[in-house]
Amino acid sequence: MAEQSVTASNAPAIGGLGNLTKRLFVKLGILPFLLFIAMIVFTLLSENFLTLQNMMNVLRQSVYLMIVALGQMLALLTGGFDLSVGTALALSSVVGAMVMAAIFAIAPDMVWLAIALGCLSGILAGVTIGIVNGAGVAFFNVSPFMVSLGMASVGFGIALYLTGGVPVYGMPMAFSDTFGYGYLLGIPAPVFVAALLAFGLYVFLYRTPQGRYFYAVGGNLKAASLSGINTKATLFFTYVLSAFFAAVAGMLLTARIDTGEANIGASMPLESIAACVIAGVSLRGGVGRLESVVLGALFIGLIQNGMNLAQIESYLQTVVLGILLILAVIADQIRLRYVASLKN
Amino acid sequence: MLDSINKQKSCGEAGVTPLLQTKGITKDYPGVRALDGVDFELRAGEVHVLFGENGAGKSTLISILAGANQPSTGRITYKGKPVTLDSVHDARSLGISAVFQEFSLIPQMTVEENLFLGAEPRRAGLLDQARISREAQETLEELGFALKPDQLVDRLTRAEQQMVEIAKAFRSELQVLILDEPTASLTTHETDQLFELIAGLKKRGVGVIYITHRMAEIRRIGDRITVLRDGRYIDTVNAAEATEDDLVQLMTGRVVGAIFPELNLNAPGDVVLDARNVTTNDGLVVDASVTVRAGEIVGMAGLVGSGKSELMQACFGAMAIRTGTVMLNGQGITGHTPKRNIRDGFLYLPADRHNEGLMMTRSVRENVALASLDIEPFSKGIFINRGGEKKAVEALTTRLNLSPPQIERTVEHFSGGNQQKVMLARALTRKYDLIVFDEPTVGVDVGTRASIYEFIVELARGGVAIVLISSDLPEILHLTTRAYVFFHGRTQAELQADQLTEEKVLAHFFEKEAC
Repeated sequence: MAEQSVTASNAPAIGGLGNLTKRLFVKLGILPFLLFIAMIVFTLLSENFLTLQNMMNVLRQSVYLMIVALGQMLALLTGGFDLSVGTALALSSVVGAMVMAAIFAIAPDMVWLAIALGCLSGILAGVTIGIVNGAGVAFFNVSPFMVSLGMASVGFGIALYLTGGVPVYGMPMAFSDTFGYGYLLGIPAPVFVAALLAFGLYVFLYRTPQGRYFYAVGGNLKAASLSGINTKATLFFTYVLSAFFAAVAGMLLTARIDTGEANIGASMPLESIAACVIAGVSLRGGVGRLESVVLGALFIGLIQNGMNLAQIESYLQTVVLGILLILAVIADQIRLRYVASLKN
Repeated sequence: MLDSINKQKSCGEAGVTPLLQTKGITKDYPGVRALDGVDFELRAGEVHVLFGENGAGKSTLISILAGANQPSTGRITYKGKPVTLDSVHDARSLGISAVFQEFSLIPQMTVEENLFLGAEPRRAGLLDQARISREAQETLEELGFALKPDQLVDRLTRAEQQMVEIAKAFRSELQVLILDEPTASLTTHETDQLFELIAGLKKRGVGVIYITHRMAEIRRIGDRITVLRDGRYIDTVNAAEATEDDLVQLMTGRVVGAIFPELNLNAPGDVVLDARNVTTNDGLVVDASVTVRAGEIVGMAGLVGSGKSELMQACFGAMAIRTGTVMLNGQGITGHTPKRNIRDGFLYLPADRHNEGLMMTRSVRENVALASLDIEPFSKGIFINRGGEKKAVEALTTRLNLSPPQIERTVEHFSGGNQQKVMLARALTRKYDLIVFDEPTVGVDVGTRASIYEFIVELARGGVAIVLISSDLPEILHLTTRAYVFFHGRTQAELQADQLTEEKVLAHFFEKEAC
């Protein structure tokens, strides 16, 4: 925020609406424009769209993607990406649900012990994927693309193997009631958890040295290393955190659908990368803000919700999403060119 | 007079009009003038040596002649006609080919595929493989290169790759051949072979532009020598008449002027850095030893790749050490990470600010504070202290006259000199006992250079031990109290203040003529 006001006050007088749009585009990226257009289009297409009720729906539906996108943002910031977020999500769902159901079956009285241990083991299972990713990227210099692609397959295979492809039932009711449909302090529980995670990550990223090192590693790996930053540990930690966020989202989603599923999260890699890129996170690393990523995830939720209300077929929705992602990347390139032209 | 002698030497009718000529070539990069009104002429059948220090403009000039770069102003005439060389392809089609130090070969392809890359013979729209093989074989035989056309370039030695690169130049009717330090990686035998080839080309009337630092080579194959300095044309002399001393004088005799501050340093204190018999894993530094005391500025001179920068990177922990010991303030720090060394008071500021020094897309504030986020006033406990950070960075950038003085601006939007200031400001973010400046004034304008020199001297007066790595000889001569000269990874010589003269330093710089 401070950055923007400083540059704004120094911008010379602007002539013409086109120039103004251009400057806004350079400063804010494509997201505000897309949000604006989407709001208008969907409000026109469906009268149920722009209601408080529906906006709450959008928020509740987008939190899972939002949490995953927060982790994905870290991977993108350091100049890589994480294709295994969907698998980490699915694996945590399956393992968490199985452990929870097993403990609940043995000791039906200890509901909260089952829930706690289930969540813990689910998240640990997801984080394991991140540990392998991180080790591959940080210590063996494998490209993030290859490691996370490989791990996506490994994790998915394990999740299917564990369940035999069948959904896992038998979790205590309290789990779904609390984390799927419950309210904490008057806020839907998943939204509450997402807000907590976003706030925690915000403080970590912008108020601690280690947080800034993510930006440094993505901004210039060599410079970061020569400035005394442990780049390997930072990269390792990046993928562990990314998997952690995906795993938490996995547990929340499990609570929502009340089953452990190996097939959830398949669209997460694409959607989370899209949320980040649309929000202006650079694929070259080092650039991007957490607030924008939250907005980016909300935007994708908004689009999906709007298309549902406008009764656009779900197959076509994936088409739209893919197009949006490509548009965002093209817009990023155009923006770079504008930055160069405004400099002269 | 000289001219007439030359005309007789060069062969026949081509001596009248130069084969290739430039008039007033100027090349500007943002903030730097790489070439300033350079006149140059090449005659058919001569080997014309380009001579000058690193950064004198030789590489820029040949890249313009090869079409890889376009001049900002100035004219190029080829066989008496004005030409514009918009691309390497343009130049090639006229018969001008260059072999750069960086090869333009694709390692995963075979020799013949590389030879014809971009101009593959076709038959009915398909690759004419038979013709490719045949012509590749013919070219290699004609040149006398013992290479198989179907070998993968990846498997070849560097010298063999060089041969492929030269053979590539022969694909079209060759008129001008540009060679950039071609013997740097060749063995004596391979060098002989190359020189025979060049002699053959001369007979055919090909003009050769040849960049080298080696006196012996100039003697052996050079006809004329053009000296460049700071992007300007200095003189053209006959190779047979010029002595080594003449050339060195032409190459370095610049007006140093008042950009260097008075040293006035206190007497050196205790030994801060003591590196003994350091050899790196990659072999770029061999058995090198240096000591640096508090409050002195020690120079590290030598050609690029001589090990002067690599030794300090190894001490700092950015390069792996195989044998040898490094001590900082009497404590062993061999193999410590940069992180640990920075905390122990040892900072290395890299030469390549773009690739190794700065996060170009981040703000000045973040770049300056980067190495000191673990201490006050930049942080408090586990959190960053935003207010303290801002105040500290503002104070430093004011002290260094950052222009414009906006610490939230991203670094990529500053000029080269100001980017350098941002990086140098890191030296003041915590208490250092030893700071290594690696080429601190590369690509920096004269005004900023003066303030950078002042900055370095002030640090030394404050008792910091300074190492100044520089390829710029005047910097070594005027800014250091002692200097080491590196050659092929070794500390070739240590020169005390009273021995710091151009001749003495240069004597250890190049391979001697005698050997």
